[in-house]
Amino acid sequence: MQAQYIGASTIILEVLWRFWPVWVALAIVMGASFLYKKKLALYGQLFDSGVGIAGVFICLFWLFTAIFASTISPFDPLGQIPIMKDTLPGAIEPQSGLVYLFGGDKLARDVFSRMVYGSQIVLIIAPAATGFALMVGITLGLPAGYYGGKIDSILSFLANLVLAFPVILLFYLLVTPGIMDTPIPYALAGVFFLFPIIFFCVLFWTRFKNRPDRIYILLGLTLLIGGWIYLGLVFDRDPLHIVHIDPNQLNIFVAVVFASSPGVFRIVRGLVMDIKTRDYVAAAQTRGESPWYIMLWEILPNARGPLIVDACLRIGYTTILLGTLGYFGLGLAPESPDWGTAIKDASRLLRSFIHPALPPTIALMSFVLGLNLLADSLREQSMKD
Amino acid sequence: MFSFIIRRIGTILLTMLCLTLVVFFLVNLEPNLKKLAISQTEMHTSADQLESWLVNHGYRQNFFSRYGQWLGVVPKQPITDPATGKTTQRFTFCNDPTVPTFSGVLEGDFGCSTKFKTTVAAKLFPALGATGILMLCVLGVMVPVSLLVGILAGMREGSRTDRVLSVASIASTATPEYVSGVIFTVVFASWLGWLNGSAASASQGITFYNFTLPVITLAIYGIGYIARMTRASMVEVMTQQYIRTARLKGLSFRGVVVKHALRNALIAPFTVIMLQFPWLLTGVVIVEVMFRYQGFGYTLVEAAGNNDIDLLLGCSLVSVFIVLITQLISDVGYAFLNPRIRVQ
Repeated sequence: MQAQYIGASTIILEVLWRFWPVWVALAIVMGASFLYKKKLALYGQLFDSGVGIAGVFICLFWLFTAIFASTISPFDPLGQIPIMKDTLPGAIEPQSGLVYLFGGDKLARDVFSRMVYGSQIVLIIAPAATGFALMVGITLGLPAGYYGGKIDSILSFLANLVLAFPVILLFYLLVTPGIMDTPIPYALAGVFFLFPIIFFCVLFWTRFKNRPDRIYILLGLTLLIGGWIYLGLVFDRDPLHIVHIDPNQLNIFVAVVFASSPGVFRIVRGLVMDIKTRDYVAAAQTRGESPWYIMLWEILPNARGPLIVDACLRIGYTTILLGTLGYFGLGLAPESPDWGTAIKDASRLLRSFIHPALPPTIALMSFVLGLNLLADSLREQSMKD
Repeated sequence: MFSFIIRRIGTILLTMLCLTLVVFFLVNLEPNLKKLAISQTEMHTSADQLESWLVNHGYRQNFFSRYGQWLGVVPKQPITDPATGKTTQRFTFCNDPTVPTFSGVLEGDFGCSTKFKTTVAAKLFPALGATGILMLCVLGVMVPVSLLVGILAGMREGSRTDRVLSVASIASTATPEYVSGVIFTVVFASWLGWLNGSAASASQGITFYNFTLPVITLAIYGIGYIARMTRASMVEVMTQQYIRTARLKGLSFRGVVVKHALRNALIAPFTVIMLQFPWLLTGVVIVEVMFRYQGFGYTLVEAAGNNDIDLLLGCSLVSVFIVLITQLISDVGYAFLNPRIRVQ
C-alpha cells in the first residue's frame, strides 16, 4: 500500500503547531525576562544584545522541548510501525491518521519524535555531568592554585595525564560493555560523586563553624540529601527507589566527568593563582581566616564570571562528546533516541535516504550553537563590568 | 632554554610511561581478555578452551612482567609446550622470538596485531603516513582560512564584517565533525553530486573528487576556534600605541595592518594551532570512520573494537606522543616568537 503524503508547507505548519507548549512557555519566560530585565543582573543584561537573545532563545527552546517531549511528539520514539519504513517526510500513518512529519527511519520509527525525545537524554546528562566536572575541578583546583608546591605539581601532573589522552581513546577504554563487569566505573563514580558532598560540607563549615544554630542544620541537610543521591547513583540502593541510573548511563556519565574535569581544574587553578595576589585576599589572611575560607568565600566568588562562561561552553562541549559516544555506538543502547546514535544510524544510509540524518544533526548543532552564543554574550557582558 | 627542553622531555617520557601502564591495565581487564580470546578462536568454544588459548599465548603471565616484556626491559618469553617442552613462537605471523630475548618498544618492536595478523609496525606506520597526508591537507586549508577570517574580523572591532565573521566562527565551533560531515555529504554528494561521499578510493590515489569532503569536514571545526583566537589577538594589537603612532605618521590602514599589526598578532594563534592537534586527533578518528579512509583513526577504532592489545598500545603511544610534542613545540616556539617571554 502506498502511503499518503501531505505537502511541504503543511509539514512546516504542523511542526510549528506540535511545538505549541514550547512556544507558550517561551513567550511567558522571555516576556517576563524582558519586563524585569533591570532586576535580573547578569541574566537580564543578556537581553541587551541580539546574540544574547538568540542564545537564550535556543537554549530555552531545547529545555522546554525536553520538558514537554511527551506532549510534542506524536509517536513513541521506540515504536515501530512496519508500513512506515523509510517513508519520506509528511507520510500519513493510516491507523491513527497522524503524520510522520520528518518521515520514518530504516526501522520504521518516527524521526520527529525521536529528535524530540533525544533532547531529553542530552539535557539531562550534559548539564549534570558538567556540574559534577565543575565540582571536581573546583575542589581540586582551589588548593592546587592557592598552596602551589607539591600539591600543585602532583595534581597538575595527573590533570595533564588525562588531558594527554585523545578523548576518543579514553572513551573506547572506559565505555566498553565489558568494563561494566568490573568495579572500575563504580569506583570512579564513588570518587567523583563524593566531591559535591565534600565541597558543600567544607563550604558551610568554613562559613558557619562558629554559629551552631546554622551549621548543624546545613551540614545535616547536605549529608542527608548528598548521601541519599550518592546511595542511589553509585550503589543503586536508594531506600525510596526514586534516584536511579542505568549502569550504562552511569558509565557514560563517569567517562564524561572524567574527561572534562581536568579542563575545569586547569582553569580554576589559573584563576586562583591570579586572584590570590589581590588585596582582599591579603586582608582576609591578615584577619586570620583559614585557607579554605579564603578559597571558598573570597576567591571563588570572584572567579565566577569566567567559570560561568566556561560552564556554558562546557555543556556544549559535553553535548558534542555525548554525540561522539553515540556516533561510535559506545555506552548508549542501540535503539536509544539520542542525537548521536540517530546520526550514526542515518549516516550509514546517506546514499539512499537523507531525511533521517538531517533532524538530529540540525538539533545538535543548534543546541550547541545556542550555548556558544550564550557564552559569548556572557563573556562580553562580564567584560563590560 | 636547553635545560627547560630536557626537563620537559623527561616529563613527556614519564607521562608516556604512566599512560601506557594505564592503557595496558585497561586492555588487560578480564572481560577484555575474554573478548579477545573469543574473537581469536573458532565459534562456540568452551570456557576451558578460551582459558587455554589465553594461557598458551602468554596472557596469563604476571601483569608487570608482561608490561615489562612489551616495554622491552624483561625478555620476551616464547611459548613452551608443557607436553614436549619445545618452545614455539607466540604468534606465527610476526616473527616472535623462539628464545627469550629483549624485544619491546625500547628495542623498536611494537608487538603483534592480533586483528590484522601482522606486526604492529607494518600496520601502524603506513596508516600514520596516510593520516599525515590528510593532516597536511587539513592544515593547508585550516590555517590560512582561519588566520584570514580572524584578521579581517579583528582589524576593525565592532564593524559589520566583524559581527558576521564572529557569528560564523561561533557556528563553526558548534559543528562537530560528525554533524558537518553528514551535512556536507548530503549537500555535495547526494544533492549536487560534485564530490564523493567516501574516501575509500583515496588509498589508491588522492583526487579532488574523493578527498575534499574529509578535508573540509575536519578543517571546519578548527577554523572557528583559531579564527576567534586570532581575532582576539588582533583586536588587542590594534589598540596598542605603536599602531596609533603608525597611523598618525600617515601610513595607510592597509600598510599598518600588514607591516605593524600582523606580526605581533600572529604569535598567539601559533600556540593555538599547535594545541589544536589533540582535537584534530579525535576529529581524524571520526572523519576516517565516516569517510572510510584507511588511516590512523580507522586503525585505532579497529584496534579498540577488537581489543587488539599491542596495536592499541601502539596507537596510544603515538597519539600521546603527538599531543605532548606539539605542546612542547608550542611552548618553545612561543618563547622564540615573543622576546618578552623567557622560559626558566
